[in-house]
Amino acid sequence: MEELSLLFNGFAIAITPYNIAMMFVGTILGVLIGTLPGLGGANGVAILLPLTFSMEPTSAIIMLSCIYWGALFGGAITSILFNIPGEPWSVATTFDGFPLAQKGSPGEALTAAFTSSFIGAFFAVLVITFLAPMVAKFALKFGPAEFFAVQLLTFCSFVGMSKEPPFKTIAAMMIGFALASVGMDSVTGQLRLTFGSEEMMRGFDFLIAVIGLFGLGEILMTMEEGLAFKGTEAKINARVVFQTWAKLPQYWATSLRSSLIGCWMGITPGGATPASFMAYGIAKKFAKNPEGFGKGELEGIIAPETAAHAAGTSALLPMLTLGIPGSPTAAVLLGGLLIWGLQPGPLLFVEKADFVWGLIASMYLGNLAGLIVVLTTVPYFAAILKIPFSIIAPVILVICAIGSYTVANAEFDMILMLIFGVIGYVFKKLSYPLAPMVLALVLGKMAEGSFRQALLSSQGDLSIFWSNGLVGGISGLAILLLISPLLAKLWSLAKGGNKAAA
Amino acid sequence: MAISMKSAFGKTLVGVMGAGLVASVSTSALAAWEPEKQVEFVVPAGTGGGADQMARLMQGIIVKHNLMKQSLVVVNKSGGAGAEGFLSVKNAKGDPYKIIITLSNLFTTPLATGVPFNWKDMTPVAMLALDQFILWVNAEKPYKTAKEYIDAAKAAGPGKMKMGGTGSKQEDQILTAGLEKATGTKFSYIPYKGGGEVAVQLVGNHVDSTVNNPAEAVAQWRAGSLRALCVFDDTRMPYKAKVTPTQSWNDIPTCKEAGVPTDYVMLRGIFMAPGVSADQVTYFVEVFKKMMATPEWKEYMEKGAFQQTFMSGKEFADWLGKAEALHKQLMSEAGFLAK
Amino acid sequence: MQDNHNKEGASIGNKTMEIATALIILAFGAIVMWDSNRIGSGWGSDGPESGSFPFYVGLLIVVSAIVTLVNALRSSAEEAGEFVGGEEFKLVLAVLIPSIIYVALIHFIGIYVSSVAFIAIFMVWQGKFSVVKSFAVAIPVNIFLFMMFEIWFKIPLPKGPVEAMFGF
Repeated sequence: MEELSLLFNGFAIAITPYNIAMMFVGTILGVLIGTLPGLGGANGVAILLPLTFSMEPTSAIIMLSCIYWGALFGGAITSILFNIPGEPWSVATTFDGFPLAQKGSPGEALTAAFTSSFIGAFFAVLVITFLAPMVAKFALKFGPAEFFAVQLLTFCSFVGMSKEPPFKTIAAMMIGFALASVGMDSVTGQLRLTFGSEEMMRGFDFLIAVIGLFGLGEILMTMEEGLAFKGTEAKINARVVFQTWAKLPQYWATSLRSSLIGCWMGITPGGATPASFMAYGIAKKFAKNPEGFGKGELEGIIAPETAAHAAGTSALLPMLTLGIPGSPTAAVLLGGLLIWGLQPGPLLFVEKADFVWGLIASMYLGNLAGLIVVLTTVPYFAAILKIPFSIIAPVILVICAIGSYTVANAEFDMILMLIFGVIGYVFKKLSYPLAPMVLALVLGKMAEGSFRQALLSSQGDLSIFWSNGLVGGISGLAILLLISPLLAKLWSLAKGGNKAAA
Repeated sequence: MAISMKSAFGKTLVGVMGAGLVASVSTSALAAWEPEKQVEFVVPAGTGGGADQMARLMQGIIVKHNLMKQSLVVVNKSGGAGAEGFLSVKNAKGDPYKIIITLSNLFTTPLATGVPFNWKDMTPVAMLALDQFILWVNAEKPYKTAKEYIDAAKAAGPGKMKMGGTGSKQEDQILTAGLEKATGTKFSYIPYKGGGEVAVQLVGNHVDSTVNNPAEAVAQWRAGSLRALCVFDDTRMPYKAKVTPTQSWNDIPTCKEAGVPTDYVMLRGIFMAPGVSADQVTYFVEVFKKMMATPEWKEYMEKGAFQQTFMSGKEFADWLGKAEALHKQLMSEAGFLAK
Repeated sequence: MQDNHNKEGASIGNKTMEIATALIILAFGAIVMWDSNRIGSGWGSDGPESGSFPFYVGLLIVVSAIVTLVNALRSSAEEAGEFVGGEEFKLVLAVLIPSIIYVALIHFIGIYVSSVAFIAIFMVWQGKFSVVKSFAVAIPVNIFLFMMFEIWFKIPLPKGPVEAMFGF
């Protein structure tokens, strides 16, 4: 157990009063950044990076990585309270988090989200501590074809779950894909679907669509329901944390599965957002009562939050061992390492062992600090729902506007957000499902890019998608998940048929 | 939110945040003009890339050494392969509070996409450095020299060898096209999002070679997974300190020496909006001169094996004119111009 | 949603809305197909061209919009029910129109002043709060936002003449 002694050495480095203070500063800032839609962890870290320039590298990276953990925790807050995802990976959290909060249990929803985040992170840090070298090799096996297979798997695990009319589902999903392809085609460098507009060159950012569709769309729906100017009757006391904790152990299988999905997606690197969708989709497929999903099921909060935080945390592993960032925030941290004169890559663990193990130790402590910070805020955040709607609605709208502006520093995006808000309202009323549209918007560009990269390397030969065990296995699993509801239906039909016959 | 100004954490927070605000009067004003509010530093690329890294390093050095009284705020405008950032500067006529860092997309984006801007639409301030390109292969492969690799690529037939690179119709692909032209080979070019990703794809044998910048591949090189065949410049890199157990940057032959006559360097320079005054340009030139004298900048240059060339004024404008012509020629020959 | 047929005010039927939405989606799909075809939607020598993925996506949008359209045309207006009643529609507009004005104002007077005005006016108008109370909420909220974005995080948001007076 060489790792253990190295880790204890790391704790010795990380636990200084100054570093611990930095951890709390970092997580508090991170929660703030994570809460505000548009202002993501990557932005937050990038903005503070130059200011940490005069700090000692270990303390600086501890603070910056804690901003990142804080952002991972904070993303869930506005998702649950207002249906506005603070971060892309907390979109899936809105599906059940918001309904649960509306039913009068915002405290329960927040506690479940935060605790799951912590569990996912803890699992990922364990993986980083003990499996780093092995896992780094696994990541090297992923080329474009494998990435496409993973994106296919994410997609297949999620579709087939809406109750809406099939053609409306297809339309919504395809609109998502179409919007994803606006802007620069990453493979040929050509502009497409921009119609000569400078604003369209940027493409449609997923977060702006989501802020409009979910955030503004929800406000319009609430307005229509007769100016619900009463606050939600939320029971709030500190005990809600412990009451929720008592319920969590029964979902251990979901937590474990989501942690594994998250680690895998963080390391390979697929990203936290696809991880959260995949975990949600698979949790629903395995759940005892999948009908409850989307109406405030606790499991529907646990799965995406665990996976997102596990992915976000494990994304640091390929950054440290290979020098490839597993997430946008990891990309910025990578830049930070270079600025401090540290060279991420296979030799970092050997040459700068003190730094690496100090950082890993700080991941345990930073996430613990983050959990403490966010759990103490649960009653306050839950209390926000008691504020009358006529105060909270304009404030949410202001936050939506700022959020959509900060994504790309563009005023045009605020107009887009309004348009998406109207689309969200109309689609919701006409039962066009929004979730597949959002997923297509996230995955569309990535999947198309990997697909075409793979074909470029095989010179147009499609067999690359089943050319080896890894890509074939993942694709096979994807297809299986896609047709599993069909198989289940056939199975129950066959069984039911037998019973009827008997 | 729980940020209490009274708490110890709060104090530290304010300290860290406030560092950027402290307007120290230690800098001696050489130029007649000085900014009176914060200056926006546009990065025409996403967060985490080479240009972004350099911009944030500069911001950090400027804060640390109090080189500017007002703060510099980095803003990423990466839409349309950086076109968004360039257009925002082009349209800010006469505004001295906007500077932009460039990479090769200054030339390639308007040519490849047809988006209307040109370096002449902006005011050139200074060249900070030139980024090098190196031909890399996986260390497991038998090719010891650039010539051996090119011969193998010729023998394999057109399109059989895969060249990985960052972006499409940008520096890496243009360099690949130049290499093809000089040697009569044909690669399958595969575009990826970032340089680090490209290097790892090469380690994982998903591509056969790359033309990564030194900084993008150095970690894998030092770990012994990659081999540097030649540098695309007319002279060798000057850094003689050993980077790997056996090699320094200086030990890498130029491609010309290796029998593959191609060279290409990428501009890392600063531009301002059109119509700014000479005083305003001088102010920034002086700030960057001071910044480039700091040990942090020098260390960064050496770590990334940059070619340290500083230019401003007419010299820089002449260089830009030549570089633009070169890009136009390479891109039209490769068929990369916008239809 | 309750049945508001008897209430006064023009209501919009679901059938009308379904048809209108399907037509807009149909047009959207057609535009996507048209522009994709322009940049090349075939299968090049090494995989699909730039436009081929969006082209087929556009095709699927058109097909599903047509199916939805036909279904909507065949349904009876009675069964389809009402999309939104006149009263509810007014409420929706009561938030949508101020939001549009708010976003338009940001361009001219900056985000902070617009936000103060938007929050305060909305509170007075819809929440029947007193003017003093409304500004007592709107101003601190925006000072906090200003501190956070402009001072702490150094993210420049759109600013107007008022901020310029203070040197920002």
